[in-house]
Amino acid sequence: MSDFVFLFRSTPEGQRAAMGTPEAAQKSLQTWLAWIRELEGKGHLKNPGQPLEPTGKVVRKDKMITDGPYAEAKDLVLGFMIVTARDIDEASTLAEDCPLVKGGGNVEVRPVRVLNY
Amino acid sequence: MDLDEHLFRRESGRLVAALTRIFGVHNLTLAEDVAQDAFCRALEVWKVQGTPDNPAAWLMTVAKRRALDLIRRDRTARTFAPEMGRLLDSEWTSAAAIDEAFAAHTIRDEQLRMMCSCCHPRLPEEVQIALILNILCGFGAHEIANAFLVNRAAIEKRITRGKKVLAGARRLFDLTDAEFTVRLSATRHALYLLFNEGYHGASADAAVRADMCAEAIRLIALLRDYPPAATPETDALAALMCLHAARLPARVDDAGDLQQLFEQDRARWDLSLVAQGLALLERSAAGSEVTAYHVEAAIASAHISAPTPEETDWRLIVSLYDRLIAIAPSPVVALNRAIAIAQRDGPDCGIEALLAIGDTDRLARYPFYPAALGELELRRGNYDAARNHFAAALALARNPPERRFIEKRLDACA
Repeated sequence: MSDFVFLFRSTPEGQRAAMGTPEAAQKSLQTWLAWIRELEGKGHLKNPGQPLEPTGKVVRKDKMITDGPYAEAKDLVLGFMIVTARDIDEASTLAEDCPLVKGGGNVEVRPVRVLNY
Repeated sequence: MDLDEHLFRRESGRLVAALTRIFGVHNLTLAEDVAQDAFCRALEVWKVQGTPDNPAAWLMTVAKRRALDLIRRDRTARTFAPEMGRLLDSEWTSAAAIDEAFAAHTIRDEQLRMMCSCCHPRLPEEVQIALILNILCGFGAHEIANAFLVNRAAIEKRITRGKKVLAGARRLFDLTDAEFTVRLSATRHALYLLFNEGYHGASADAAVRADMCAEAIRLIALLRDYPPAATPETDALAALMCLHAARLPARVDDAGDLQQLFEQDRARWDLSLVAQGLALLERSAAGSEVTAYHVEAAIASAHISAPTPEETDWRLIVSLYDRLIAIAPSPVVALNRAIAIAQRDGPDCGIEALLAIGDTDRLARYPFYPAALGELELRRGNYDAARNHFAAALALARNPPERRFIEKRLDACA
């Protein structure tokens, strides 16, 4: 088994659609809870991760520090999670059911590199 | 733990009421944003940590904290609720003032004030109902549009227009105002219409309609919880809602088809709502006044008290309809009265009563007027006439269940 990081991305419009009304927000919550419960139940959830604040700073070479990521960003990283799966294919299949994917966002699945000699 | 299915929607109305108490009705959008923030925060945190033991209290804590942050930030730039006076000026008093705004009795009162404000005499009824659904019940514009079969832009326009009037008033309706009785009556009427839209409305989505009935019942309970609003007329309206809602589970069969009252499986009626409704009806007799709600509740009770359709006391029901027509004449009441007359005196008398309804303009687009004519012609054995009426009804059907229902009646004319 290997570890994979799920990076959750969505657009401001996607977020609005998912959270726009109390009923929509609750539906989003319930589908998320169901998805996470299933990951947990099948032993795939290694670390539930943390949500990220939508804004912060971006630091670049010329020491210019900007508020960011980017005001006009199409994709905002909402948070991450660590999942255990047999291989990248299984990890991707697990990510397919993420409510974010159905709601117009995306999940980036990245294997955690194993450091050895 | 498992979440109540409509927790957010219900809490939305409560949070917005409490937050409006603090920010003032001119900052209604801000109050709504803070409530919305609390839901977003809940999604982030509950996802990782699971649902808290008391989700409603959790949401409230988040909303309070956010309100305090906003007050600190905007203290000099914004004016808040005039009722708050200088309470929000200092750190010491603002935290206490926020706690007070979120106390159970304040939330109840603020929801009532909000309801009364939504029923401002300058606003047409359809705007009042849209506002109540949006602010107090947490329905979004597209959800309301879906419930009323009206396009979303029209609903958004109603809500915007209504909120402008609310904001213009600067403060919510004062429950000690001399106008209270008048406003209470308008509020009851709006809740009655909201319930009716859920019960008889055009939307094909039975779940949406049942939600509207449930919301109307929840809001009328708020009125009953506030002694000056808990009048016999309020009890009568609450009775009426319970007695109708009790029959909701039997109105649609397992295939999703509409069932006539005579064919309903009475075992599916909700007995606890029946009992509540009958108890409320009894309470409503406390005063000397007999209102339209009293009579309508009495009619519902006459239907629900019959163990079988054949045992229905049509004599009583017709006399109640006669009374209702005298208090609150309307073509739909006249239509129902004619149906009761047909049950009591036979289809000839029923048809005569149907044709005698004067103001049929308002029935012109109501499928159940021609459907009633068709039904009675069918009983008289006039198949051709019945078929014509049902065909007219079919053209007016507002959704697939109504269409299927009328198609079945058409088949019966063969």
